Amino acid sequence: MRFTLSWLRRHLDTDAPLARITGTLSAIGLEVEGVEDRAAPLAPFRIARVVEAVPHPNADRLRVCKVDAGEGRIVEVVCGAPNARTGMKAVFAPPGSFIPGTGITLKVGEIRGVRSNGMLLSAREMGLGEDHTGIVELPEEAPVGESYARWAGLDDPVIEIGVTPNRGDALGVRGIARDLAAAGLGTLRPWRPEPVPARFASPLRWEIADPRACTWVLGRALRGLSNGPSPKWLQDQLTAIGLRPINALVDVTNWFTYDLGRPLHVFDVRKVKGGVLTMRMAREGERLVALNGREYVLTAEDGVIADAAGAEALGGIIGGEHTGCDEHTTEAFIECALFDPVRIALSGRRHDIRTDARARFERGVDPALMPPALEAATRMMLELCGGEASEVVAAGAEPAWRRSATLRFRRLAEFGGAEVPPEEAVAVLERLGFAVERRDAESVTVAVPSWRNDIAQPGALDQAPGLPAERARAAAEGCAEIEPECDLIEEVLRIRGLDRVPPVSLPLASPVPPPALTPRQARTALARRVLAARGMLDCVSFGFLDSRLAALFGEAPAALRLENPIASDLDQMRPTPLASLLLAARRNAARGFGDVALAEVGGGYRDPTPEGQREIAAGVRVGATPRHWAEPSRRMDAMDAKGDAFALLAALGVPMPALTVTADAPGFYHPGRSGVVRQGKQALATFGEIHPQVLAALDLPGPAVGFEVFLDAIPEPKRRRRGPPDLPPFQPVRRDFAFLVDETVPAEAVLRAARAADRALISDVILFDRYAGERVPPGKVSLAIQVTLQPREATLTDTQIEAVADKVVQAVAKATGAVLRA
Amino acid sequence: MTEAITTTTAGDDLEALRRETEAALAAATDLRAWDAVRVATLGRNGRLTALLKGLAQVPAEQRRERGAALNRLKAELEAAIEARRAELEQAALAARLRAERLDVTLPPRPTAPGTAQDGGIHPISRTVEELTAIFGAMGFAVAEGPDIESDWHNFGALNIPEHHPARQDHDTFYLPPGPDGRRPVLRTHTSPVQIRTMLTQEPPIRAIVPGRTYRADHDATHSPMFHQVEGLVIDRAITLGHLKGCLIDFLRAFFGIRDLPVRFRASYFPFTEPSMEVDIGWNRRTGELGKGEDWLEILGSGMVHPKVLANCGLDPRVWQGFAFGMGIERIAMLKQGMTDLRPFFESDVRWLRHYRADPLSPPSLAEGV
Repeated sequence: MRFTLSWLRRHLDTDAPLARITGTLSAIGLEVEGVEDRAAPLAPFRIARVVEAVPHPNADRLRVCKVDAGEGRIVEVVCGAPNARTGMKAVFAPPGSFIPGTGITLKVGEIRGVRSNGMLLSAREMGLGEDHTGIVELPEEAPVGESYARWAGLDDPVIEIGVTPNRGDALGVRGIARDLAAAGLGTLRPWRPEPVPARFASPLRWEIADPRACTWVLGRALRGLSNGPSPKWLQDQLTAIGLRPINALVDVTNWFTYDLGRPLHVFDVRKVKGGVLTMRMAREGERLVALNGREYVLTAEDGVIADAAGAEALGGIIGGEHTGCDEHTTEAFIECALFDPVRIALSGRRHDIRTDARARFERGVDPALMPPALEAATRMMLELCGGEASEVVAAGAEPAWRRSATLRFRRLAEFGGAEVPPEEAVAVLERLGFAVERRDAESVTVAVPSWRNDIAQPGALDQAPGLPAERARAAAEGCAEIEPECDLIEEVLRIRGLDRVPPVSLPLASPVPPPALTPRQARTALARRVLAARGMLDCVSFGFLDSRLAALFGEAPAALRLENPIASDLDQMRPTPLASLLLAARRNAARGFGDVALAEVGGGYRDPTPEGQREIAAGVRVGATPRHWAEPSRRMDAMDAKGDAFALLAALGVPMPALTVTADAPGFYHPGRSGVVRQGKQALATFGEIHPQVLAALDLPGPAVGFEVFLDAIPEPKRRRRGPPDLPPFQPVRRDFAFLVDETVPAEAVLRAARAADRALISDVILFDRYAGERVPPGKVSLAIQVTLQPREATLTDTQIEAVADKVVQAVAKATGAVLRA
Repeated sequence: MTEAITTTTAGDDLEALRRETEAALAAATDLRAWDAVRVATLGRNGRLTALLKGLAQVPAEQRRERGAALNRLKAELEAAIEARRAELEQAALAARLRAERLDVTLPPRPTAPGTAQDGGIHPISRTVEELTAIFGAMGFAVAEGPDIESDWHNFGALNIPEHHPARQDHDTFYLPPGPDGRRPVLRTHTSPVQIRTMLTQEPPIRAIVPGRTYRADHDATHSPMFHQVEGLVIDRAITLGHLKGCLIDFLRAFFGIRDLPVRFRASYFPFTEPSMEVDIGWNRRTGELGKGEDWLEILGSGMVHPKVLANCGLDPRVWQGFAFGMGIERIAMLKQGMTDLRPFFESDVRWLRHYRADPLSPPSLAEGV
């Protein structure tokens, strides 16, 4: 919503400076989005007379002008404009002034041997348009020496505010003035338009054929008009707020749209067919050429204003071209109507028409303003165009808009946190137009003004489906009681100043607050830390990616495809953050950073239900380890990914010895170099080398390895008190064994068998060598383990040690077919 | 071969070539054998090439028909040869993958591999930890909800009915309709978790909800995915004064500026009343916070709307409180002096390394900008 300071002052009697006005507007909820002072850059420019213009002695295209800028002397200016001539009025820029259109500060200069003491300006040089064909020519009555900006009506700052959806009344200057007056910035000027007497019977009448199209409409015919350009003040105001002056009749409707927030429309009576204007729903496929020159194909859900020839306006949104007023109009008919906000919003959206009328009707306009607004518009049109007015014709009826609301004064403190004296609260409401109906020491009941459809407006609840009936009913009752009061508290606090509500720190319910995170939630941050401490960079990626890429990572179900993606390669909710990380690795490789380690803890999506959205910690390592004197560079392999997954699982408190690894990892991994980590049947993680075909599809140079840990699947670690430590006084004994096994035998089977060989004595088994090659038969592999024996009662004898060693060999042989290497 | 051309007009020779080539392709079990078949058929001296060359000698009245048949055959054979290549490559890859076996039960290496870049925590993750620490000290607990939300949780329950103008401002992403005929949405704000919290937890409630949010908007200052933190306080005697106190306390702690100017302006959100936007003082030119004459909008807040309470089954005569929401990227950018939103989600290792936080030093309440 744009308006000028002088326009505001038509309604608000105030001497507050601009800064205070804008500050107050923002504070009370009419946020100032910009203040444009168009006069500032034009300040040095004065109106001048060209006393004499003669050809430049040394240049054909230049003229030397003697200029009187009202400074009591004549200055000489060299000018290149073809229209510079003796006697004209123009705009003069003295030396030292900054020329906005060229960005140059003017200096006294010599042009082809003649001194030039300033400049005569074109519109473009002043920054007021594109015209650069010549200097600006002013009419004869323009006073020499006067500031050009002031004379041109540009010294009126334009204020732009953002109007929230609840404040239709602030889409009119008067509504804004009312709020400012209530906030103590002056007084609202009275506004009571004199009725215009009826001189003849209206040639047009209204008919409401369908109440969905309109519920109440007024109209009035004017005749004997002489339409033409509006007066300068009106054109200036419209231009200032960005509207194009058209002709007096149309300009008046536009002016009232902004002045009162009351959209109006004028028909040319002689273009309307049949004498009746009908409010009805459009016929499916009916066409309308609108005032913007476009043709619209209407639907049965659009309300129209029709004559005998068909739809002539999309009611409340835009008028039609065929019946609009132009400079030849001598008989006009003013429309002042009330439309359903939802229907206007839907129609406007359907046809993508954004007009000032739509913006106001979809927020709701003041129904009680209709008769006086019609009088005011009639009066102004007759003043500008002459002529006389008919009777007022109407159809439908004024809707019931009267409502009351009650404020209990103590609630200002109990809810609003501000001690407001009752007199002050009532005074604020009265200044806003609320009328006191009842008042006692505890409360006040006020009538809501017709322009505030956002206050005490009963609206349907949308309660949660599963609520117990009694609870739902009590809540709904409470809402009906509290909401109107809440509306009033908001008005009082907003106008009085929210800065006057003293801040109070939240009292703590207990001196030591409970933890902000549940143990489950704390794991998210822990996961990031564990992975970052392992050298990975924590990433945050979009939750959606290209559906074709998503398909590489399993299913890309249609239920997870966006209906309105912003780009075709961001159309599918990702199955796993691993996919995002591989894409990120590709982007980094393209920048010359091929060796990366990236991690992300975030959503992976299986279906749109809350349960189908899993929290996954994923990581990728691509390329090789860095070159280093102490450690040769090597390529990443699946064991690196397993190391990441296991380190994370261990940090999350998973009982590590209970885990098993199965070879059924998802298809985006290399089938022979990947695994699923399970606790019982539950999959906790996957890891492995990324499938070469996936790398090829992503155009990512490998090797690349990755893992996923399913945080939701990991049970919360049980808090158990630890028992006493096992600290036997005897030294442990360590023995090495090398087994020859089939290469298909998992190392885990050997370790497990060895551990189980003597649970009392064997405290630890580690694998310290794995060899396949020339020194073992083909298809075989040598696995070397170290077994630690921990005696508890006495130092072990050689015989005892040998007995356990035999047990180990037999157990491993039985479980895996291994033979001890010679 | 030239003989065949002259002895037949019915195209028996073509049929024979087709059969024999297909048989040869089937018999080729590696890419070398396959290539031999390809050369023998389509190569410069291949059988099909010879037939094509011989077309000139065919009597004019048969040439047209035979030319068409040859072209058909050529297309067929080319397709068959290409298909076989794909099959063999697939099989070769499968064989390679079968041969490339790793015993995945081997214990992993005891330490992490070296990396070119040091690891670190993303500024978003870091900021979430910082604000969790501060709100945690004020007695808030973290609540969570899904990114893919029902229309009701995201809009209806929050007093944003179907045709409300506020829905237009949200640029919502939609998914295809579910079994109930309604389209799920990517949550446009973290506010739906207010609803989930009030439905699952009896008041008093103090919750914050840091999380991902989505809007169909993409430019230098908007990302289709971004993060918000929502706050919700419900109790019997919570007032707008507490709202102000809580947010002032948070902002001053988060930015580490004890006297940071904080301003509350009236505004409108469908799910709060009264609603307020909150500005902090800064110097627009230098970007310095807490100094200068300018104001920077930083979050939206308000007293929870009675309809929202009632939608969740809470009686507004008994329960009242406040809610707020702020952009996590925005406060992270202000704190770190960043100017561009887009790199947050691009995972450029140079950017990540520049802005990373040390994984071994969790945030404390004492630090500021």
